[in-house]
Amino acid sequence: MRVLALAGRRLAASLPTLVLILAGMFLLLQLAPGDTVDALLGQMGGGGDAALAAELRRYYGLDLSVPAQLANYFWRLVRLDLGFSAIYGKPVATVILERLPTTLLLMSAALSFAFFVGLVLGVLAARRVNGWTDTLISTLGLVFYATPSFWFGLMAIVLFSVHLAWLPAGGFEEIGAGYTGLRRVLDIAAHLVLPTLTLGLIFLAIYLRIMRASMLEVLTLDFVRTARAKGLDETRVLTRHVLRNAMLPMVTLIGLQAGTMLGGSVVVESVFSLPGLGRLAYEAVVQRDLNTLLGIVFISALLVIVVNFLVDLVYARLDPRIGAGR
Amino acid sequence: MDLTRRATLLTSAALASSVMFPERAFAQETPRRGGVMTVHFATEQRILNPSLQASTGVYIVGGKMQEPLVDLDAAGNPTACLAESWEAAPDGKTITFRLRQGVTWHDGRPFTSADVQFTAMEMWKKILNYGTALQQFLTAVDTPDARTAVFRYERPMPLNLLLRALPDLGYVSPKHVYEGTNIRENPANTAPVGTGPYRFLQYERGQFIIAERNPNYWRNNLPYLDRVVWRVVGDRSAAAAQLEAGQILFSPYSSLAIADLQRLGRDPRFEVTTRGNEGNARTNTLEFNFRNPVLADIRVRRAIAHALDVPFFIENFLGDFAKLGTGPIPSVSRDYYPTEPMPQYAFDRRRANALLDEAGHRRGAGGVRFTLRLNPAPWGEDIALWSTFIQQSLQEVGIRVEIVRLDAAGFLRTVYNDWNFDLATGWHQYRNDPAVSTTVWYRSGQPRGAPWTNQWGWQDAEADRIMDAAQTELDPARRKQLYADFVRRVNTELPLWMPIEQIFVSVFNRRLRNYANNPRWASSSWHDLWLAS
Repeated sequence: MRVLALAGRRLAASLPTLVLILAGMFLLLQLAPGDTVDALLGQMGGGGDAALAAELRRYYGLDLSVPAQLANYFWRLVRLDLGFSAIYGKPVATVILERLPTTLLLMSAALSFAFFVGLVLGVLAARRVNGWTDTLISTLGLVFYATPSFWFGLMAIVLFSVHLAWLPAGGFEEIGAGYTGLRRVLDIAAHLVLPTLTLGLIFLAIYLRIMRASMLEVLTLDFVRTARAKGLDETRVLTRHVLRNAMLPMVTLIGLQAGTMLGGSVVVESVFSLPGLGRLAYEAVVQRDLNTLLGIVFISALLVIVVNFLVDLVYARLDPRIGAGR
Repeated sequence: MDLTRRATLLTSAALASSVMFPERAFAQETPRRGGVMTVHFATEQRILNPSLQASTGVYIVGGKMQEPLVDLDAAGNPTACLAESWEAAPDGKTITFRLRQGVTWHDGRPFTSADVQFTAMEMWKKILNYGTALQQFLTAVDTPDARTAVFRYERPMPLNLLLRALPDLGYVSPKHVYEGTNIRENPANTAPVGTGPYRFLQYERGQFIIAERNPNYWRNNLPYLDRVVWRVVGDRSAAAAQLEAGQILFSPYSSLAIADLQRLGRDPRFEVTTRGNEGNARTNTLEFNFRNPVLADIRVRRAIAHALDVPFFIENFLGDFAKLGTGPIPSVSRDYYPTEPMPQYAFDRRRANALLDEAGHRRGAGGVRFTLRLNPAPWGEDIALWSTFIQQSLQEVGIRVEIVRLDAAGFLRTVYNDWNFDLATGWHQYRNDPAVSTTVWYRSGQPRGAPWTNQWGWQDAEADRIMDAAQTELDPARRKQLYADFVRRVNTELPLWMPIEQIFVSVFNRRLRNYANNPRWASSSWHDLWLAS
């Protein structure tokens, strides 16, 4: 219960942060020259009527002063109304809800891939520290970490889609195939293999390094010696005693990276033509669609807060001292 | 014997030509029914209805579902589409269209003159970009019967101008879907209802659009394809990979990286060509802000034009996809390209230096005469290369250039509304007649904030007079002469310079048949397109 109270306090403390983020974002976008009507005129390619542009600005509420626009936005937000998207001609909430599943799916797949593979490789590397497995794993990790994700993605497409023709080159599912049930799940999975690997490999490197370092540190602690002295075999020592304690930094990292993943997927979504939140945000900036952009920031911030809340709960489970107080 | 030899010669000639022009070899093939055309859709638009927005991004989709009154044939001449014939009254103020009969909208309702009247008065005249200017003096469209539409103009409207504008600016929308609604918010804007060969089926934002064969199409037994699918692929390299993987069969309007275009051009599976885009010519511009006193001096503008080695730039950066420009009217415009030579500004660094000296701009510290800001438009790779080339070329004559890169909204606002620039560079799109989208770059009195118009602070009574006379001139020969006068005037005064001419590049998978068979093919309806197995 104490944990819940603690986490609840954290949750309440994040509310002012949320407001600050939204207001900051709003003001930041005001600094960018041009508004959504300029972006629309750009799409038209000329011949736009000046009177029409003025009418559109009135229609989108862009003729008001900046404080008035901001006040309007927050007043709508209080009533849980994210506003209307200028690009899509639909409520922002609908637009985001359409895109959210793809991003969440990609994010959770990539994060779990990075977490579990990073964990296993980290343990392997720590077990044979400075041996050839360790060197191999650490070098690979460094290579993955140093490679830009768009290049990785493009090379994966060139190899697996263009040359080998094993996997689709992009998209979320086969267009117009009308698959249902398991067939559809498999189809989407096939489309997500390359983006998941591309996004996951970069994070994998971080998890691997952290896990290796953390394992090495815990292995030197007294209770490990005690466990060994009890006569437990090495595997049991590692899984029951070391692993559990070495996991804490990993869990912290997941909480931190949930947010990064949302932003990091702009590149991967673009390369693999996935309809996710990252591309939506990018498009919203380019087209100066303020409502959509703020909506995405709001939802992303909420996601990060929820993930951190869950991380707090997991902490307590892994290390009972946190829940029990001092 | 003689005959046999000739026959042999003919056959070998045919063989040779089929090697050189592979598409000709398929002329005898029987079109195959069925198949799915997949298209690269690079930039998603807010709407898909070409009666409301005239842009290539709309035509590439909406142009398959909706149709214009008049289209262009293979030779680039106006040809019947929804209108079967037309005639103009001698005073040029009345133009009568006879409409095709037996055409139905995708929802089954008949197409009539009421649809033309509604679209012309409510969309072309009030909302459609370029349409509002073209139809400015349209007072009414009379509908004496269901298949006749009579356009009434306050001032004479040259028939040639209207017919060349209508393939782009003459798409018809159904009155029964739009009447009494907020046109801008109508759901049909993203789910078009038209008369075209393909019927809208589904649009998933950020992913794809699907249209299916219209079984009741007025061209009997057409189209051949079952479906057209547009795949939204924003990343240019990813799009090239999808072409190679066969997920996309056609990439329109120079949407790939120049390096990829050149690479795919050497691949036998694809044809990379400007063919089929002759009606979509564009020129690269160099725009001067006259509010800067340095640039208001004609000697400085001419010096800048002389300082650019355009043939070198084209040869080394753009390759076969561009040629030397000669002014606002590109050479593909057979009707209006001036026949006599016009003032030009060949690369001549000594002359550039002399002009700048003469204007009183002596070289100062570090050999710099003065500094200018250059705003490049963010539309294409060629513009980014061109702006760097300008920067380096002008440095040679003592002009320091700072490049200010902005995205689309920022560029348009800064240059065309805030006038906060010295030099700007982008594209001018030529739309078959100079009065549609070219003269606005030069005509004074453009409202502030209208992109791609004269926002330079340049005003010239003589140029204005010529443009206004050409706008309402009914005699084609006199009109052509007026446009030659116009080019001579603006090439002399140089309010902006258009030194490069380009045509959009398309990439076709060679499985396609009947492609690029008219000068605006990417925008056209694809009713006869088919796919070899």
